[in-house]
Amino acid sequence: MARVLINVPATAKRGSVIQIKTLISHVMEPGFRPGPDGKIIPRDIITLMTCKYNGEEVFRADMFPAVAANPFVTFHTIATESGKLEFAWTGDNGFTETASANITVE
Amino acid sequence: MTAARRIFHILHAASLPACAAAICILSLAAAPLRAGDIPLNQRQSGYDTMGRDTRAMQDDDTANPATLWLLDGEALWSKKEGAAGKACADCHTDAATSMKGVAARYPAFNTKQNKPLDIEGRINNCRTEHQQAQPLPFENKDLLALTAYVARQSRGMAIAPPPENMQPVVDQGRAIFEKRQGQLNLSCAQCHDDNWGRKLAGSAIPQGHPNGYPLYRLEWQSVGSLQRRLRNCLIGMRAEGYALGSPEYVALEAFLMWRARGMKMESPAVRP
Repeated sequence: MARVLINVPATAKRGSVIQIKTLISHVMEPGFRPGPDGKIIPRDIITLMTCKYNGEEVFRADMFPAVAANPFVTFHTIATESGKLEFAWTGDNGFTETASANITVE
Repeated sequence: MTAARRIFHILHAASLPACAAAICILSLAAAPLRAGDIPLNQRQSGYDTMGRDTRAMQDDDTANPATLWLLDGEALWSKKEGAAGKACADCHTDAATSMKGVAARYPAFNTKQNKPLDIEGRINNCRTEHQQAQPLPFENKDLLALTAYVARQSRGMAIAPPPENMQPVVDQGRAIFEKRQGQLNLSCAQCHDDNWGRKLAGSAIPQGHPNGYPLYRLEWQSVGSLQRRLRNCLIGMRAEGYALGSPEYVALEAFLMWRARGMKMESPAVRP
């Protein structure tokens, strides 16, 4: 299980731009590096991250082997209404992780 | 290098045997500041010289990737281990109170084992003695997580000067710090005492204080221990590193903590 840290403002003004920060623990093994035995370590990366705001997708990112370990992704969206932000990550070897955060819009 | 520091350096090199004898006598009382040592009021953390973005990462716990290790460490703290079926929390209860200030005064002398132990060594000592579990190998993720969790409880506290019984260890550490070694024939002191603030290729040379360990190094893409950092420097000097967990590293750690006494703990920090 991967560790996840989500930083979403608990409250925001309607129509304001909010910053969302996400951090997830993952090795992001690029698949090009030889291990101690000389054999290539197989690729093991997160390939997709999405964020849904009350069911509507507001952010999506494809990831590739050049992304560093423990990807730290920040993005902005507009606070439209109170509700839930749902995050999902999927990757190699059947990797999946989800997290969510609530926001109150005034 | 300023003119004054250069002169100090020449004096230092010229009268090394005499100087060493004088230090041996003086160090019985308290290790004094020597020519070439960084004056206490000029010391700076690696934090002070790193870039704005890296500082922002360290300042915000939700942006600092070492927090992921802290979460693991917190879970491990109350996980029962070994034949004794005890967790750290069973003896030490709440880490926020029991571990406060511990990392700021380690490495410390363990009278039972009659040798100095750093935090990693102390955790493994607890594992074998009280939990009756296998010691964790160095740089193991669980050991780093526990060490980071323990060190986190001392964040913001001043590094405590080591007690009297650590003086021989501190002196041994200083001797290693000032010894030229490796194919490049360099000592730690030549960079971190004499040339801090200047550049080595494109990188700033820091003073080399241990106040943020274990820390997340962007180059490692992971949390690493102070011993890993020391081995890293030795490899850069093309010297043969000591085995992780060896007394030489513990002595170096003890000297570096003495050298950084009074500075604020930042563990777990972020460094480039």
